[in-house]
Amino acid sequence: MSQTIATPPTVRLDSDVLGKPISRTDGPAKVSGAAKYAAEFGVTGPLWYGYIVSSPIAKGKITKIHADEVLAIPGVQHIFSHENVPSLAWFDRNYKDDVAPGGSPFRPLHEPEILFSLQPVALVVADTFELARYAASVLRIEYDVEKHNTDLEASIGEAYDAPRGKTGFMPPPKPKGDMDKAYQEAPHKIAGEYIHRAQHQNPMEMFATTVDWLGDGKKMKIYDKTQGAPNVQQYLMKIFSLSTDEARVISKFTGGGFGSGLRPQYQVFLAVMAALELKHSIRVVMTRTQMFSFGHRPHTLQKLRLATDDLGQIQALEHKALHETSQFENYTETIVNWAGVLYPSPNTNFDYQLAKLDVYSPLDMRAPGAATGSFALESAIDEMAYAANVDPLDFRLRNYSYEDPIENKPFTSKRLDDCLHEGAARFGWDQRNPEPRSMRDGNQLVGWGVAAGCWDASMQKAAAKAVLSADGHLTVSSATNDQGAGTYVIMTQMAAQTLGLPMKQVTFNLGDTNMPAAPVQGGSWTANSVGAAVKDACQGIGKKLLKLAQKMDNSPLAGVDFEDAQFVDGYIRANEDITRSVAIADILAASGEEKIEADGKAGPNPINMLKYSMHSHNAVFVEVKVDEDLGTIHVTRVVNAVAAGRIMNPKTARSQVLGGTVWGLSMALMEETYLNNELGRFMNHNYAEYHIPVNADIHKIDVIFVEEQDDIASPIGVKGVGEIGMLGVAAAIANAVYHATGKRVRELPLTSDKLL
Amino acid sequence: MSQTFIQEPLDKAAPHVVPAQAVTLNVNGEDHTIQIAPWTSLLDALREYLNLTGTKKGCDHGQCGACTVLVDGKRINSCLALATVYQGKKIQTIEGLGAEDNLSPLQQAFVDHDAFQCGYCTPGQICSAQGLINEGRCKTEDEVREHMSGNLCRCGAYTNILSAVMEVLHDGNVVVDNGVLITIPVAPTKASSAE
Amino acid sequence: MNSFTLTQATATDEAVRDLTSHDGAAYLGGGTNLVDLMKYNLERPTHLTSLGLLPLTDITSLPDGGLRLGALATNADTAWHPEVEKRYPLLSQTILAGATPQLRNVATNGGNLNQRTRCYYFYDLATPCNKREPGSGCSALTGPNRVCGVLGTSESCIATHPSDMCVALAALEAVVRVQGPDGERTIKFEDYHRLPGDHPEKDNTLKPGELVTAIDLPEEGYADHFTYLKLRDRSSYAFALVSVAVGLKMNGNTIEKARFALGGVAHKPWRDQEAEKMLEGQTASPDLFRQVAAKVFAEAKGYGEDSLHNSFKIELGKRAIVRALKQATEMSQVVNPNVFLNSNP
Ligand SMILES: Cc1cc2nc3c(=O)[nH]c(=O)nc-3n(C[C@H](O)[C@H](O)[C@H](O)COP(=O)(O)OP(=O)(O)OC[C@H]3O[C@@H](n4cnc5c(N)ncnc54)[C@H](O)[C@@H]3O)c2cc1C
Ligand code: SF4
Ligand code: FES
Ligand code: FES
Repeated sequence: MSQTIATPPTVRLDSDVLGKPISRTDGPAKVSGAAKYAAEFGVTGPLWYGYIVSSPIAKGKITKIHADEVLAIPGVQHIFSHENVPSLAWFDRNYKDDVAPGGSPFRPLHEPEILFSLQPVALVVADTFELARYAASVLRIEYDVEKHNTDLEASIGEAYDAPRGKTGFMPPPKPKGDMDKAYQEAPHKIAGEYIHRAQHQNPMEMFATTVDWLGDGKKMKIYDKTQGAPNVQQYLMKIFSLSTDEARVISKFTGGGFGSGLRPQYQVFLAVMAALELKHSIRVVMTRTQMFSFGHRPHTLQKLRLATDDLGQIQALEHKALHETSQFENYTETIVNWAGVLYPSPNTNFDYQLAKLDVYSPLDMRAPGAATGSFALESAIDEMAYAANVDPLDFRLRNYSYEDPIENKPFTSKRLDDCLHEGAARFGWDQRNPEPRSMRDGNQLVGWGVAAGCWDASMQKAAAKAVLSADGHLTVSSATNDQGAGTYVIMTQMAAQTLGLPMKQVTFNLGDTNMPAAPVQGGSWTANSVGAAVKDACQGIGKKLLKLAQKMDNSPLAGVDFEDAQFVDGYIRANEDITRSVAIADILAASGEEKIEADGKAGPNPINMLKYSMHSHNAVFVEVKVDEDLGTIHVTRVVNAVAAGRIMNPKTARSQVLGGTVWGLSMALMEETYLNNELGRFMNHNYAEYHIPVNADIHKIDVIFVEEQDDIASPIGVKGVGEIGMLGVAAAIANAVYHATGKRVRELPLTSDKLL
Repeated sequence: MSQTFIQEPLDKAAPHVVPAQAVTLNVNGEDHTIQIAPWTSLLDALREYLNLTGTKKGCDHGQCGACTVLVDGKRINSCLALATVYQGKKIQTIEGLGAEDNLSPLQQAFVDHDAFQCGYCTPGQICSAQGLINEGRCKTEDEVREHMSGNLCRCGAYTNILSAVMEVLHDGNVVVDNGVLITIPVAPTKASSAE
Repeated sequence: MNSFTLTQATATDEAVRDLTSHDGAAYLGGGTNLVDLMKYNLERPTHLTSLGLLPLTDITSLPDGGLRLGALATNADTAWHPEVEKRYPLLSQTILAGATPQLRNVATNGGNLNQRTRCYYFYDLATPCNKREPGSGCSALTGPNRVCGVLGTSESCIATHPSDMCVALAALEAVVRVQGPDGERTIKFEDYHRLPGDHPEKDNTLKPGELVTAIDLPEEGYADHFTYLKLRDRSSYAFALVSVAVGLKMNGNTIEKARFALGGVAHKPWRDQEAEKMLEGQTASPDLFRQVAAKVFAEAKGYGEDSLHNSFKIELGKRAIVRALKQATEMSQVVNPNVFLNSNP
């Protein structure tokens, strides 16, 4: 057999890719239009189109659907409504997806009752999109209207303590000490109420499903817009009694999700139902208006009280939150717990309540709970710092938690202090005159603000499969998702690095339920969980390769343990003597195997979770310029310093933080869905009047990664950056506006009218 | 309280549908004839009839820019355009600017600068940027920001989009510093050091 | 969207004839407003007379020193036309402050004039709206109405006209040329759009079948002292909360002639000729500007106090007038012909 080379391989390092700013592997497909999203897949045979009809009322009952008139139009195939929906699974649990809150999930077209405005009430199926849209517009439906209630502020009296039910729900921490007394007696104190109304995720791609009816029993390829194909598959299998083969869900590209794609949305239900009933391929796409019909960041009221001693040390801390939920589910998120993690206080009190309204259940939206809580908390901290006469940056360092004050557990790693220091240095914080209204640029008031943020570093169960073919190409797959986070490229890096292969020899596939299962993409856990599974799978291959290498005649790797071997640039080498090496290509050739396969998995370590507190952190510094006469606010400069373990790819991770920063700015200055309580309906349900930033709103954003070595939070040292970048931003902006104007605004968004 | 709400169409006339007719569109240098009625938008004609799905639908109402294509070199929103009236014009879509294995300079710059995340607004951004370059009016960062504001990006890739457009606009001679990336290397874990 | 037939007219007479010979027909300019409304099922024409091929795209100088803007010239071509940029920079800036490059490349001058007023409820068939369905009520009076108006409103409608371009045209005292079944006529700009009164369903004074052929600008373009201030909820691609277009003729610090109009506050571009007169012959000063602003909003009526409601527009509007007049008198700000920067210092 061919012998291994005598000279040691020169280290070209093209397999040393982890942590390098490598361009997205899916980039060329995205910029050329080749990347296919859910509504863009072709099908076998002709395609029909479904158009969804939405309820104009918030509460009541459908009394009549005049379907016949519309069915008479040539080319209209069918109209689905509660009147003719097939009988399906009965129990609530069949409708529960992985991310469902407690309660009874909404069942589309299940009954004549209307539970919220814009509820889907019918699906019109026709030969073309235009015809389905037209037919939907002439469908007459009669409703009995009942009185609804969508007014949170009027429902405070009916609020109740948030119950358990949703996976990952963290009840508010138990109180400590005597909050009231400590607050009363403290020399410096503040109290404030904070409000923001509903906000909608509004990813650019509208929810869509294309069902390819394969004409083989009930087999379908279901191209769906989702943040987790396996979650959608489970949901469909339970409701429609399908096998994994029959309900194959595919989601190669997802045009943004931000939480909206965590749960299966009703278009996938409608499309699959229609395909099964009509035995035909179908495409159903929501309208932008309908994108306001299935969940949102809830309208939330918060109260905070803080007090310090003379040294500016927090003595009392209270955080209460109340938000809406639907009549049928108890949506919960983690709002008030962060205060306790970030700031130690001997006396604390927390409270978290819900109130039921005639709206759809709220739904996780980027940094759910934390974005809400962090805005109020970090605004209050700023106010407290001023009240105690301490620089707001100093205040945060003085009240720094070196261990998790709630659970009295050490952090696996926490470099928030370095984030604050490095961010301040980059920003030039020492040039700040702390006096409000003291800094100007021409006509404009200048304000500098700071805030900190905190997010869970969590892990979920994930699996991956790796296949190394005889030609040396490695293909790794996992049914995870890439809504823009960079999953494609970082998993390719992870695989390449683990087996010492160049990037171009590695392909990573995702978004197909035929692949090993992975969790929904949310909570910043994909990089961590799927990354660890990918590494595990690749190590499986590595072990097999090593064994095969050792079977070769006179193997230079004889006796080398896997732990003592390294995979670099296409070679396996002994750590102790890198001249003892074998080329992977040679191993494959010698083995005669067609391919080598290995499965990998990863999951949370329950013991570590009990022993440690795991969080990512950030510190945000912001400059605003305020035209005081006109109330306009421009965010001219941001420094966002993030500590989130190891950064797998600074290029894509930076983009996540940039995006998070834009989201924070958007939350601070623009986002708000206007609810008309008389009509029980969101009114600015479009992109023209639901404002998100445009290019002209965004100026300089510096991103700093303060890396952490953390093998406990994750076997690959990664904490994820999907949410953390957003935290702190809204508060830092509000704090900067206070510094500029002397005006403390506690209601978001900070539109110009609030400064007049 | 019981009140009846009737979800009723505005026209009381009996439904009627105008038949489809042959319409020829010149897309990316080629004539394509499709059977459509006047109610088909240029966007739907591209996506649903010509299988050119690179052009995206983000709102269908002129509010996002995802559907931007070039018509005789000028950028427009194809969702508000009726396909029939665009016969005889030169329509260029993202597929016509470059291919996956043969990217145009703008497409390459978008990859290099990571000027997208989910990628859904991206073809519209690139067509819009191409339109901006064709217009020849914008040079500075402020100008480009303003004139790229007809394209929403929910992922918030704006700073990188600006860098990519500035690079191509100035033939690689301008580097836009709209956000620095700094990495502070790993320090020992503070896990148990509760000072 | 309903089904319709479509004709592409090639001559103005032909277009008028085509439209009048079809029941339920509408003119199609760039389509950026009409197609939008059709997709929301608010407009349901059964026939469209497309104007795209009409020879009305020229921008030409008039013998009286004015400038004629073809009704089918696009907003972009108009804003960037050398004569407009040089002589009517106010108009150029104002157009560039509206919509987006993509929309301006398609939107026509005639279409811009005739775009419908904006209001959340008008756009949503599920809600009562007198403009859409006379007699059904006005949801905006009490509901969220941040976009709605505070001047010249009626209890039947408080919607606002969304055009930026028209605000400048009002200040410039343009004249609209129309051709209809009964021949041609001209309409003074201030008479072109109407207030809601008891008939909010009508936005302007065009008669059935009438087609806008051109917009004539008088000679005076206020190229030395002008400003367009647009205040909105983000830096670009948003309708005005309040906007002010100002054109002044100055002699030293004395205002010889003043024209200004407001957008975002009324059912039509809002001009107040008495307020303009208060400025003329006077020395520019913040006090004077404040008096003028107070006069303009003396009879304003807000509809609700929180940030979802529009009363704030009264105070914001006053401040915008003061700022805009100051900017136009001082002209210290460098005007960039390519970019309209929101509320510059
Ligand atoms: C998302 C969005 C944002 C926008 N933002 C702004 C903004 O900030 N500022 C702003 O000013 N505008 C804005 N616009 C509106 C835009 O300027 C108008 O849609 C455009 O000017 C209309 O011109 P058009 O040629 O496309 O009109 P069309 O849609 O073709 O026509 C509009 C109306 O005018 C009639 N019409 C058209 N031409 C004639 C004619 N020659 N004679 C008689 N009637 C005619 C049509 O029948 C129709 O009723 C925005 C539009 C959108 C969709
Ligand atoms: S303000 Fe006018 S357009 Fe708006 S709801 Fe009232 S009547 Fe309709
Ligand atoms: S899809 Fe055309 S602008 Fe949004
Ligand atoms: S890249 Fe996702 S919307 Fe722009």
